[in-house]
Amino acid sequence: MNDLSSGMLTLAQSGFPEPMLQATLAHYLVVSLAMFAIGLIGFLTRRNLIVMFLCTELMFQAAGLALIAFGRYHMNYDGQTFVIFVLTIAAAEAALALALVVLLFRKKDSLDADAWSALKG
Amino acid sequence: MIETSGMMAVLHAAILAAPSSAKEAAAFVAPETGAWWIALIPLMPIVGTILATLCAIRGIKTKLPAFLTVGCLATSFLLTVAMFLNLGDAPTITTAWEWFTLTWGEGEGQTFTANFGFYVDSLTALWMLFVTGLATLIALYASEYMSHDVGTGYCRFFAAFNLFVFSMACLVMGDNLLLLFLGWEGVGLCSYLLIGYFYRKPAAVAAAKKAFIVNRIGDLGLVMGILLTFVHFGTIEYAEIFAKAAPYIELLQAGRISEIPAIAQLIPVLLMIGAFGKSAQLPLYIWLPDAMEGPTPVSALIHAATMVTAGVYLIARTYPLFLISDIALPIVGWVGALTALLAATIGMAQFDIKRIMAYSTVSQLGYMFCGLAVLTSAGAAFHVLTHAFFKATLFLACGAVMHGFAGQLDLRKLSGVRKMKGWGIVSIAMLVGCLNLAGFPFTSGYFSKDMILAEAYATPGTALIGWILLLTAGLTAYYTFRVYFRVFEGPVEYHPGDDLHDHDHADEHGSGEEQHHDVGEHGDHHHAGFHPHAPGWAINAVLATLAVCSIAAAGLYFVNKKEHGWVGSMVHDSSANYVGTAAFLDHAAHAGGVTGDAAHEGATHAHGTFLGYDPHKVMYYVSAVVGAIGIGIAFFLHLLGRKHAETARADKVLPALGPIPKWARNKWYVDELYNFLIVRPLWVISHIFHLIDKLFVDGLVNLFGLLPRFGGSAIRPSQSGVLHGYAIGMAGGVAILMLVVLVMVLR
Repeated sequence: MNDLSSGMLTLAQSGFPEPMLQATLAHYLVVSLAMFAIGLIGFLTRRNLIVMFLCTELMFQAAGLALIAFGRYHMNYDGQTFVIFVLTIAAAEAALALALVVLLFRKKDSLDADAWSALKG
Repeated sequence: MIETSGMMAVLHAAILAAPSSAKEAAAFVAPETGAWWIALIPLMPIVGTILATLCAIRGIKTKLPAFLTVGCLATSFLLTVAMFLNLGDAPTITTAWEWFTLTWGEGEGQTFTANFGFYVDSLTALWMLFVTGLATLIALYASEYMSHDVGTGYCRFFAAFNLFVFSMACLVMGDNLLLLFLGWEGVGLCSYLLIGYFYRKPAAVAAAKKAFIVNRIGDLGLVMGILLTFVHFGTIEYAEIFAKAAPYIELLQAGRISEIPAIAQLIPVLLMIGAFGKSAQLPLYIWLPDAMEGPTPVSALIHAATMVTAGVYLIARTYPLFLISDIALPIVGWVGALTALLAATIGMAQFDIKRIMAYSTVSQLGYMFCGLAVLTSAGAAFHVLTHAFFKATLFLACGAVMHGFAGQLDLRKLSGVRKMKGWGIVSIAMLVGCLNLAGFPFTSGYFSKDMILAEAYATPGTALIGWILLLTAGLTAYYTFRVYFRVFEGPVEYHPGDDLHDHDHADEHGSGEEQHHDVGEHGDHHHAGFHPHAPGWAINAVLATLAVCSIAAAGLYFVNKKEHGWVGSMVHDSSANYVGTAAFLDHAAHAGGVTGDAAHEGATHAHGTFLGYDPHKVMYYVSAVVGAIGIGIAFFLHLLGRKHAETARADKVLPALGPIPKWARNKWYVDELYNFLIVRPLWVISHIFHLIDKLFVDGLVNLFGLLPRFGGSAIRPSQSGVLHGYAIGMAGGVAILMLVVLVMVLR
């Protein structure tokens, strides 16, 4: 084990930030799972394109939360680094997706996802 | 075969007995490097091809390409004359560039070299002299003859014409068998292009294809011969082949021919198949008469004077290889003799004058092959030379008639052309050509034919070939003068062919020229406004030149008489000289180069006789008498008392022969026989294969094509196009995966 890792271990368990005492990994994962399930169910049940898009964002963040939790659990920054990239991409993707939704809405005057089935085989 | 082997044994005896001297040995010293300008001889015609093509691109509508061609070919001819004048004792090799060299090992026979090099000895010079000379003259003739086609067709004609001369030059001058093969295929290609010149005419297209395909059969033999040469001798360069064949000739001289490997004896048999194809000999002669569909200058140059003698050249060039084979020369001799006789009998019964000349060419080529077979390569080469001149004369005279009478070629529709105004030179040229072909005394054809005939009798074991050739000589005289007496003599009468091209609209009639018509196809309709147009200066000048050359060629017989004339002395110094070959052996055996063997001086030929007389002396009289009989019969049957063009006394006499004239007129049904034996079965087999291909092979391939199609249509409904469908699919898939993982973890 090199100096840097041992140093990080000390910092993480020194009380700043607070070490995981009351909230264990399982808590975070349950929250993450709940968020993901809500997003998935919303995506499957709703017909409104904007709501469906919001549901995908929710699933995204659920995954991000799980990543951060694991990162904290293993005492390294990989999870957090990864989430920063995911967020960046999600922001760019949100801009694109909303623009697409606006275009689709202009075509058919509707936000119903079932109005579109041009790729039927 | 036993009999032919016997004949070869006697031939070999003749070779052994042949006298040799130091001078003859000199012909076989190793080749030297030749002058660079030799390479220009084949180069000039290629320049001509490029110029003619450029003319076509520029859309030139004048006779410019013809005169460019004549210029290029004349330059080539002058260079050839220079080459002839510079001939030394040793053959020379000029390497234009190194074509290719393949090496796959260090040892003997593991390098394959074929350079674009030109092997020049007197045989090369002899052939190139008449090839380039005749090509120049005939190009000049064609400038007028083809004038109705001025424009793209004219350029196309001369481009192919030049390409032909280039290919012929490669064939004759190449220093290895591969370059010979390149030229061989090149002349075949040009022959195809020029026979099919009138490509809108089905008969011409069919004739072109026939010529090409029949030649392929022969070419297969040639290719195998070349391959076998390489396999056996490890080289395809003449100089090395001759050097490596020398030990075999030594064996031959020692009378131990059975020790020569059979594979070496097989090479000439394969080579000769190629020669039979190109020179229209017995199994493969059928393409040449049909080739007359091409324009007449082409018939004269390619299908009479030059290309068809390539087979003779091939055998003459590789003569040492033919000598070491037990069976090669006897086969050549018998094929030649039978071809000569068969073609002559067919020629006797034809009515189309160009076809008669074509059959006569086949027949005369048979003579040349016999000449090679009876060990008078000098006679064969002399006959090639004289035949080139007089047959070109005959063809060009026929062409002039055809040109003037709107494509009329039927000898029953023309009569008394000599008496018409402006036809004097044509008639005289025709007469000269006919006299030569008939072997009239003191013409060049007489001397060259006699050399072959006399040698056929003189060489032991070939007397039967001699008798066949003598009979053929009589038949030749008959059919030749049948044409002359019917067309040029007798009462003046003509029926033009139905090829009345209007010279003001030449282009529209580009491909309508030269229609052949079988007899009886159209009646006696006179074209009211038709006037035969006599040939112009170019045709007359060329005909006059050629006629003079035909006569003058006789003089060559008396030059250097001791060595069988000028041609004999030319052949003497080349690879086609069997005596020299023998001398070469002495040369090698003495290893010092000084042969001077008095021992051989006294040796004489083992001589056959003609009915107890020396054939070399008596043959002059015999063949003159036979020729005169032939001419006399033709005179009696076709001229004496003839009142019309249509009928002659022959029509009354012929029925006495039963169905034979009809069979001869139908070419002894050889085409039909080939059709039945080869074409039909191939047609049937190819259709069976076609069906197999269609049903079985295609069915299998289509089956494999159907599988993905069915698979695709089976799973296509899964692509609903509805977003939620995909989402459920994904979620369901993830759920299943999770279940699987769960089960695996719990177990």
